Amino acid sequence: MRTSLGLLAFLGFTLFLLAAMISLRPFGEPPHREMDDWFITHAQIEASANNVVTSIVFDYRGFDTLGEATVLFTAVSGVLMVLRRREVKG
Amino acid sequence: MTTTIIKTTTKILAPLILIFGSYIILHGHLTPGGGFQGGAVFASGLALLIVANKYETVKAMLEKVPLNVFESIGALGFLGMACLGFAGYTFFKNVIANSGFPIFGEKTPVGINPGYLNTGGTLSYMNIFVGMKVLAALTSIVLIFFLIMRRERDEW
Repeated sequence: MRTSLGLLAFLGFTLFLLAAMISLRPFGEPPHREMDDWFITHAQIEASANNVVTSIVFDYRGFDTLGEATVLFTAVSGVLMVLRRREVKG
Repeated sequence: MTTTIIKTTTKILAPLILIFGSYIILHGHLTPGGGFQGGAVFASGLALLIVANKYETVKAMLEKVPLNVFESIGALGFLGMACLGFAGYTFFKNVIANSGFPIFGEKTPVGINPGYLNTGGTLSYMNIFVGMKVLAALTSIVLIFFLIMRRERDEW
């Protein structure tokens, strides 16, 4: 009973994944590409960078990077604050 | 863990890793990579140096390095570079790009080009600041774990 149930779930999941794979879009053809084209054509003019990814990370979506830096800063402050007490005690 | 194999490997590999990390940070606006990745590579080289040396050596060497000051300089510098955009534009506007500023301010040729280091505007400065911040952060985490682990092992 348990084996047949597991087999059924396995088959169903495999069919689901196969159907999802078949209905994927072809590689390199996103449904909306206006923003990508804007980045690719304007990155060298506006952000003066050959690396479009860096121009997006540090210029177009700079707030995202600011949040990442804040997360890292908070994590390090937390680790150092938690582990400092044992340093003092010993 | 300071066996002869690790010591010899570190002597050869650590300078190369540190140079590669600085290269990734400085060329963040030209080649794949950037501040975060280059800082992580640099910190892994420093972690190798920390692991391969003795407790007293590491403590004496890294007590003089103000890692928390580096971290704060990185964060505040990144924010200050972003605030430069308030000079007539919006937050995070790349004001130095294509402006003729002597450092990182030259014009980038549009199209396929070999990549010139003296371009990028605020992107290059932000790469350097973020790289400094990430390497200080990761190194201080590895260092404090190392110091606590070694001391407790000595106490056992």
